[in-house]
Amino acid sequence: MSQHVLSLLVEDKPGILTRVAALFARRGFNIESLAVGTTEVEGVSRMTVVVNLDGQPLEQVTKQLNKLVNVLKIVELEDDSSVARDHMLVKVRTDASTRSQVLEAVTLFRARVIDVVSDSVVIEVTGDSAKCKAFIKVLEPFGIKELVQSGAIAISRGSKSMSEKVLK
Amino acid sequence: MTETLSGAQAIIRSLELLGVDTVFGLPGGAILPTYDPLMDSSKIRHILVRHEQGAGHAAEGYAAASGRLGVCIATSGPGATNLVTAIADAHMDSVPMLAITGQVNSHAIGTDAFQEADIVGITMPITKHSFLVTKAEDIPAVMASAIEIATTGRPGPVLVDVAKDAQNAKFEFSWPPTKEMTPGYKPVTDPHGKQVQAAAELILQSKKPILYVGGGVIRAGAHKELHKLAKLIGAPVTTTLMARGAYPDSDPQHLGMPGMHGTVPAVTGLQKADLLITLGARFDDRVTGDVKTFAKGAKVIHVDIDPAEIGKIRHADVPIVGDAKVVIAMLTQELEKQLKGKKYDISEWWSYLIGLKERYPLGYNDLDDGKLAPQYVIERIGQLSGPEAIYAAGVGQHQMWSAQFINYENPNTWLNSGGAGTMGYAVPAAMGAKVAMPEKLVWAIDGDGCFQMTNQELATCTINQIPIKVAIINNSSLGMVRQWQTLFYNKRYSNTDLHTGTDTQMVPDFVKLSDAYGCLAIRVEKVEEVDAAIKLAMETNDRPVVIDFIVGRDAMVWPMVPAGVSNDAVQYARDAAPIWDGEE
Ligand SMILES: Cc1ncc(C[n+]2csc(CCOP(=O)(O)OP(=O)(O)O)c2C)c(N)n1
Repeated sequence: MSQHVLSLLVEDKPGILTRVAALFARRGFNIESLAVGTTEVEGVSRMTVVVNLDGQPLEQVTKQLNKLVNVLKIVELEDDSSVARDHMLVKVRTDASTRSQVLEAVTLFRARVIDVVSDSVVIEVTGDSAKCKAFIKVLEPFGIKELVQSGAIAISRGSKSMSEKVLK
Repeated sequence: MTETLSGAQAIIRSLELLGVDTVFGLPGGAILPTYDPLMDSSKIRHILVRHEQGAGHAAEGYAAASGRLGVCIATSGPGATNLVTAIADAHMDSVPMLAITGQVNSHAIGTDAFQEADIVGITMPITKHSFLVTKAEDIPAVMASAIEIATTGRPGPVLVDVAKDAQNAKFEFSWPPTKEMTPGYKPVTDPHGKQVQAAAELILQSKKPILYVGGGVIRAGAHKELHKLAKLIGAPVTTTLMARGAYPDSDPQHLGMPGMHGTVPAVTGLQKADLLITLGARFDDRVTGDVKTFAKGAKVIHVDIDPAEIGKIRHADVPIVGDAKVVIAMLTQELEKQLKGKKYDISEWWSYLIGLKERYPLGYNDLDDGKLAPQYVIERIGQLSGPEAIYAAGVGQHQMWSAQFINYENPNTWLNSGGAGTMGYAVPAAMGAKVAMPEKLVWAIDGDGCFQMTNQELATCTINQIPIKVAIINNSSLGMVRQWQTLFYNKRYSNTDLHTGTDTQMVPDFVKLSDAYGCLAIRVEKVEEVDAAIKLAMETNDRPVVIDFIVGRDAMVWPMVPAGVSNDAVQYARDAAPIWDGEE
């Protein structure tokens, strides 16, 4: 099993998220994460889907997704030619004795504290999934009260834009 | 120029402008606005069915017989859900179909309003695409787009669900629509020249090629191109259940149908080939049996208009995405070029195949049960009606016998539910076919089980003067299931007895039932009566005809490869596997 990052340009039409998600479910493909948002082009959304699979099935996934009429373009973003980032918010238990240790971890991971109360802090961090995982590990001993992650969003390096060719 | 129309009027106007001449449907609250202008249309004939499933299969039959789009229409909620089986069927068999459904008012969507069903959601996995229309002004563009999607590329069903208020709202209608609804839809029809070249090279290197022809060749209207290709290289041809008629059965190069109930030469020809020239076929499990052992020694050329079919089940050595008609013509041309007048010699392969054909012809035995042999009845229908007639079958033993014992010479003359295996397909599909091709003789060859699922459309046929012929192959049981019980469940016949035979309670009596529907109804129990009944049916055109053929229930479909087993284990008849000359 290997992880692949697929980037989809889709028409911003009702039901498109259902169509994509349902396709994954029906064909038995595993979604690791899925993030959707608007793009530089009006009416076009972009989905970043992280899937867990191998060679042949990945081609099937891509081909099946391409059959969805509202899907405009699909590319696989390879590790070395793209950047992927997760956005994570964590609420960590703190008290007078642990707060400074937590804040040290925040600095080390170039994260940010965005809310503080007497017994906890909310921390924001962005990074690839490895960094987020490592950060969680470091925070765990203090007690993670709540954790929310965006799922990866990804973009290719260099000046080319994914929407260039599709949208004339 | 624009004109003020209601959404409902725009639906009808768009259909007219897009060349639709027939719709099958049944009205209800949410589609009522559209039924009003439909009444005034002089271009569109609406045929009122008795069940929406019938409308769906009729649209399929219309499409499959004519190659044109089939259209069905239903109201919201239960009307729409009654279409679901037919939509799924059209999806599996790539039938160009447009299903129009009414939806509750747009502001009521999501409130569990009366007769609300999320039909777009329900049919998402079984449509090629679907639209929910909540604004009248979107209707022309949606209709144009829906029909384009249904009929181009790999054809399939498209659903257009229109909220009632969008049908009622007025707007400025103009044609053609300017708004592009589906910029992401771009089917590939022209293949890569390089791939075609590679395919030709592979063919000329092969010693044991076989043309594995699927329903795509029929949908693409590529039968002439196929014929030319087959004649050029002299390769054996097999036509799948969906492709019967794509290549003439009378041609000596034809080995017949492959698969679970395929001929021994076709099944074995595929198994032993060194090259599968796969045209518009999709390696369905009913064809391949156990995939791991299917045609193990063969390389694969796979031609399909749907890229997702290529490599889905079986790796393709030469994948070619494109329209079968275009690809086959190009491939033939390329082969001519590469052959440079030389003959492509596969005579050794043929001597093996001819041996198989001689030793294992399709056949059947009369059982000593004093009943008609179902295969005989079907064979006679085919012989008396000829290859110009259209034959629609239900699902079960009678379907397989109809695929085996009728000779097909032309495309679009064999209609059946291949991918979905939908009991109840035959009568409404035959009805749709007869509407599309009124000058043709149209048979529904049905089982006593299947017939009871959709026979109410006989009322539609009688009232609308659609004189189809129905042959019920009445074995008083769910025969195909019973066959599996005979073979795999120790003859424990759990719930497969239908009590429709003459020596049973006979509920219902098909002759009385058909008579009540206004059909000419005949019962046939003896061999001597068979031909006369078929001829009478062929001569009767003032009403539908139903013949209740009382046949034996123990007849079985042979040859057979049990589900999930290797095609090497094809059984010619019960406990009779072909003998392979000790060659392995
Ligand atoms: C809607 C539906 N329900 C159940 C089945 C399973 N099934 C396949 S063949 C068959 C028997 C059909 O019986 P009949 O119409 O009498 O045809 P026969 O096999 O006897 O020729 C059944 C129940 C099916 N294919 N479709």
